[in-house]
Amino acid sequence: MTQRPETRIKVPVLARVEGEGGLEIVTEHGQVTEARLDIYEPPRFFEGLLRGRRYTEPPDITARICGICPVAYQMSACLAIEDACGVTVPAPVTALRRLLYCGEWIESHVLHIYLLHAPDFLGYESGIHLAREHPEILQRGLRIKKAGNRLMEVIGGRSVHPVNVRVGGFYRAPDPRDLRALAGELEWARQAALDTVAWVAGFDFPDFSRDYEYVSLLDPAGYPVMGDRVASSRGLDIPARDYDKYFTEHQVPHSTALHSLLDGDRTYLVGPMARYSMHSGRLPEAAAAAARAAGLGASCDNPFRSIIVRAVELVYACEEALRLIRQYEPPDPPHVDVPPVAATGYGCTEAPRGMLYHRYRITADGTIADAKIVPPTSQNQRVIEADLREFAGPRLGLPHDQLTWQCEQAVRNHDPCISCSTHFLDLRVRDRAAEHPGPEVPLA
Amino acid sequence: MSDAERTRPAASPKPTLAVWKFASCDGCQLTLLNCEDELLAIIDAIQVANFTEASREVVAGPYDLSLVEGSITTPHDAERIREVRRASKFLVTIGACATSGGIQALRNFSADLAPMVYATPAYIETLRTSTAIADHVPVDFELRGCPIDRRQLLEVISAYLLGRKPRVRGHSVCIECKRAGHTCVMVAHGTPCLGPVTQAGCGALCPSFARGCYGCFGPMETPNTAALSARWLELGASEGDLVRAFRAFTAGAEPFREEAAIHDTAARDTH
Repeated sequence: MTQRPETRIKVPVLARVEGEGGLEIVTEHGQVTEARLDIYEPPRFFEGLLRGRRYTEPPDITARICGICPVAYQMSACLAIEDACGVTVPAPVTALRRLLYCGEWIESHVLHIYLLHAPDFLGYESGIHLAREHPEILQRGLRIKKAGNRLMEVIGGRSVHPVNVRVGGFYRAPDPRDLRALAGELEWARQAALDTVAWVAGFDFPDFSRDYEYVSLLDPAGYPVMGDRVASSRGLDIPARDYDKYFTEHQVPHSTALHSLLDGDRTYLVGPMARYSMHSGRLPEAAAAAARAAGLGASCDNPFRSIIVRAVELVYACEEALRLIRQYEPPDPPHVDVPPVAATGYGCTEAPRGMLYHRYRITADGTIADAKIVPPTSQNQRVIEADLREFAGPRLGLPHDQLTWQCEQAVRNHDPCISCSTHFLDLRVRDRAAEHPGPEVPLA
Repeated sequence: MSDAERTRPAASPKPTLAVWKFASCDGCQLTLLNCEDELLAIIDAIQVANFTEASREVVAGPYDLSLVEGSITTPHDAERIREVRRASKFLVTIGACATSGGIQALRNFSADLAPMVYATPAYIETLRTSTAIADHVPVDFELRGCPIDRRQLLEVISAYLLGRKPRVRGHSVCIECKRAGHTCVMVAHGTPCLGPVTQAGCGALCPSFARGCYGCFGPMETPNTAALSARWLELGASEGDLVRAFRAFTAGAEPFREEAAIHDTAARDTH
């Protein structure tokens, strides 16, 4: 057998991620020369579609960017439009939004932990294969997931694309009895989440760590879910409305999603590891104790251990949901009026996968003139590629199939949502008479 | 014991299931994983042979049942759906994207830009339009909704396993709304509602939240969109409001597309 001059790891279709992507690693003379997360999910041009629509429509329209985290889109959209119109919603509305968001963190994190990520550590092709040998494990995961989905259904009507969210608040405030009726199952889910932390903490983790710059929101209410300041672990602390001054996006040939950089050249990480590493001190005691017992320090820099962080956040989301249900006062009225103002508004919230930024410019008659959406996965693309490069480099001697699987796992560490990341790409119009690209033109 | 086990001889191999994704949000295939109480019974009755979002394992086709999510927006996908059709014995499209082109079909209504639009830099190959799967290949059953309803999905899978027609009705949201005992938001509160022309299946969710239906299940069979539009105008809606209402999550579905076009012309005439 002749020695190959280069190793090429190519996974054309990545499984167990949301959306369509692949990965490719190219080596020469024992060195990784290229590590790419290929994103070929067809773009859906949401930013273009929003132009010309009413300023009340983005919560429903942008929810359709992602079926797994629609609430994140609804919340960032509402905050941005209310910011443009100079409206601050009353505290009970904000509390109910946070409660709805807890439901989404629960269902999304369970999906990733049990169905997408854990099978890698246990050597199963899927959660379905895992269930054949350990049905009780998948049953536990599905029951926690159901508790999160049920919370979203009571508040939002359904868990995929909830119907009850509107600019200014909610169409109808849920009946306190309906929310309290969920407490028993959420108590069970909280305990099952603690068991989940202990379960995933027992997995074997590759010895691998990285020196990340973490970025997350600062949330006056505690562990970051919604907030109006963006901070990094290296000293950035800015109002959300200054986001575009610090974060820039770049198009690359191998991705239909844009790559995002901080201060023009810095790669950064958003998501559970960033939130935990910057705010672990703000977790309630039960979640913090579970994290300590699982061997997590105040921060986490091994991306393979992100599954533990996600499980700790699952405990947090259950606890926080229970707290918010205990304190629930139906917002009355369920929403405040938000008359349109000719202005630009900014909104940032913490989607399960990390910070999600929306910006809208609206006209005096309430028409959307311009929209910008930066989802978490596009922000993490550079980090994922850097992880792949550094992880694969010293492990090129591993059997090809094993290394391929571990590289897939290195991508899944960050729970990439490719459906999300792609859909903000915009179509542009070029004036053929001119040499340079012309202005963006609305499509709808 | 699952229904399938009751009706199939124990020795017969399980039917195979494949789940395919085109341009979409993943929400409809997620609905399958959201069948928390039934998922283990489903995978007991049917072999999950190809479901990229859930499994690395890919069993070669042909597949007995294919669920197809998403719309066709690229030349590559227009080819790929033909391969999926060839590999599928029974093909069910799930959701507004697969059955009508989805929200991304809004791009279909800017024809004047067509010759000039492309991505910059031009790395992306994309079609001018977003279209339903049935515009490209024959489809055996269409399940509506943005997203699809979990109970209806279970009904379609069960019906397939039992070899009968799915009980999915084509009547309007109004019937569901009356059955649920909701107060009519349009009659009682004057809130514009698409319920009278929208296919049932969601459980009349929006009216239960004191909100008008926004049509995410697409047109019912034989919708009287003209009569509903007239009522909206009486309630104070503008021609532009009607264009946006019909041109939204199922903009490519024919009755809604036609009704939106009528009001688009009217809106332009008034300006």
